Amino acid sequence: MLKIQNLHVSIEDNEILKGLDLEVKPGEVHAIMGPNGSGKSTLAQVLAGRDEYEVTEGSIDFQGEDLLEMDPEIRACEGIFLAFQYPVEIPGVSNTYFLKAALNAVRKHRGENELDAVDFLRLVRERMKMVEMDETLLNRPVNEGFSGGEKKRNEIFHMSVLEPKLAVLDETDSGLDIDALRIVANGVNSLRAEDRGFLVITHYQRLLDYIVPDFVHVLVDGRIVRSGGKELAHELEDKGYGWLEAELASEATSAAPVGA
Amino acid sequence: MSNVVAAAENSYLAAFDQPGRATVEPTPRPGWRQAARDRFAELGFPTKRDEDWRFTNVGPVARTEYELAVAPAAVTLDQLEPWIYPEMARAVFVDGHFVAGLSDLDGLPDGVRVGSLAAALEGGDVTAHDHLGRYAPFDRQAFIALNTALFADGAFVAVPAKTVVERPIQLLFVAGPGERRMAFPRNLIVAGEAAQVTLVESYVGLGTESLTCPVTELAADPAAVVDHYRLQQERTDATHIALQHYHCERAANVSTHSLSFGGGLVRNDVWAVLDGEGVECTLNGLYLTRGRQHVDNHMWVEHVKPNCNSYELYKGILEEQSRAVFNGLIHVHPEAQKTDAKQTNRNLLLSSDAGVHTNPQLVIHADDVRCTHGSTVGQLDADAVFYLRSRGIGEEAAKSLLIYAFARDIVDRIRLESVRTDLEEFLFSRLPKGEIVRQAV
Repeated sequence: MLKIQNLHVSIEDNEILKGLDLEVKPGEVHAIMGPNGSGKSTLAQVLAGRDEYEVTEGSIDFQGEDLLEMDPEIRACEGIFLAFQYPVEIPGVSNTYFLKAALNAVRKHRGENELDAVDFLRLVRERMKMVEMDETLLNRPVNEGFSGGEKKRNEIFHMSVLEPKLAVLDETDSGLDIDALRIVANGVNSLRAEDRGFLVITHYQRLLDYIVPDFVHVLVDGRIVRSGGKELAHELEDKGYGWLEAELASEATSAAPVGA
Repeated sequence: MSNVVAAAENSYLAAFDQPGRATVEPTPRPGWRQAARDRFAELGFPTKRDEDWRFTNVGPVARTEYELAVAPAAVTLDQLEPWIYPEMARAVFVDGHFVAGLSDLDGLPDGVRVGSLAAALEGGDVTAHDHLGRYAPFDRQAFIALNTALFADGAFVAVPAKTVVERPIQLLFVAGPGERRMAFPRNLIVAGEAAQVTLVESYVGLGTESLTCPVTELAADPAAVVDHYRLQQERTDATHIALQHYHCERAANVSTHSLSFGGGLVRNDVWAVLDGEGVECTLNGLYLTRGRQHVDNHMWVEHVKPNCNSYELYKGILEEQSRAVFNGLIHVHPEAQKTDAKQTNRNLLLSSDAGVHTNPQLVIHADDVRCTHGSTVGQLDADAVFYLRSRGIGEEAAKSLLIYAFARDIVDRIRLESVRTDLEEFLFSRLPKGEIVRQAV
């Protein structure tokens, strides 16, 4: 469903992604791990359509269409969902109003009827339970005054209501205590489905104990330098990113004379 | 005053000598009109060199020849339909003159007087004579002097002590059809002890390039509860320079909502004097401007006595080349211990050509007080727009939602349902994707 080829991305003339390749098929969970500054969040933002990032080369195909040609809202309607690393506080817009506007926009795009108030509330209540979210958070302004854990749970809650085809989780685990992490992971796991793909971006292997991935990729300096199964995450946890970076450096050194 | 400026004042001074001009004045203040005329001749129009008028240029007002309307222009009820709240009692003023035929003053409790100020003065109403001119001193400012010298009529509302007026009262001021007509409505509202009243003061226009300079004196006796709405809905070629003076006695509860959408050049001076213990005074405002509109809100809140609260929240949404000015002074007098005063001004600029001058000021002469003030000027938050878009909401709808959200706390504070609904509808009509916002909220 998602095919990224040779993706190069710059922000303010600074190249962050330097030829990234990745393919996600329906039903698969891919984890992307990597040190700080390796380009993980850039990838997430580019997928969602943030226009500060300039794609200088490469392509992203989503369900047979050119994702890069789509505005952010079209991507969302087509089924991309980004759970933000730093969910934005929006004073004055209640969580319910926001979600209702979003869900109706997505449904309209898919040719479905808009939900009436009763059906909407029923859906929302059911999905809130899944992430063990307090109902009072529905009527509060989006993310305003939410704790870190509440914000992350709210992201998963939004995801569960919007039912995307491809969910991108950008460090959804960072800053969560173990209980909140478990709740978030349970929410994600209950949304796993044959026709839904996940891209789980994380710095730590811990999250992957709860959301068990089919594939793990390591992103270093804008490229995927290693891919493997879930055991790769454990190897990274034991040895740290330094191990891979050192290995890459020595490969680069030994390869240097060829290019010279 | 230079001679160059003096020439501009001549046409206004000539209006004072115009035959048929109303001359009625309060008995405790003989010679009041003449003194105001003389004071105006002394002061002249303010210029940008005056601190209070630095950002608002009234030069065009001084240079334009307006015609003083000695009688109201012919206006029908149908023409006023868009601005009328049928469930409210209504006093209509055209070109500053009360028009009984357009008014509806049924269903008010015994003893409540609503209608023409001139008639009340001529009829010897003691309350009218006693209060008129007590609060808004003409020596302070040229437009107050001009209003005092030239007013023909205006609204008079007197609510006796302990009387609750259930039916809100709309005071509708119409700039009548015609070109460059000027009016100086003079309004006096007196709420007796523990009385309660809700007023909607609306300014609308049917004529072109009108000039309206109203002065409203509102006196709230001890424990009176007054909810005062002020709606600026004039044409965008109109000039409107106004003063509202709120005089609050012990334990009075006065709240005002100033909603400013119309007018080309609009200046509102608001003086609130908290002159008894335990006053609660709320001053809310929302201004929406576009094109070349210019809206200036100048606020003075005088904490004279202890244990009073004042809360000011003014918000502005500016489009295109429009301009806004906010100047807010909170003055805490030496005796006013335990003052709790809060002032906030927030501005949202939707265009890089729009501009705001905001200037909150505190002058505190008591030591046991809590006073806060803050002002902001900003654009829509790009992170918030992207966040909404990433959930499927289109760019214009996302911006509309955020603009509505910005105005929302002012909307929510409006207790009068019909005014709140009107404001919401106006916002929906103004937003690029108002329909989506309407459905979402």
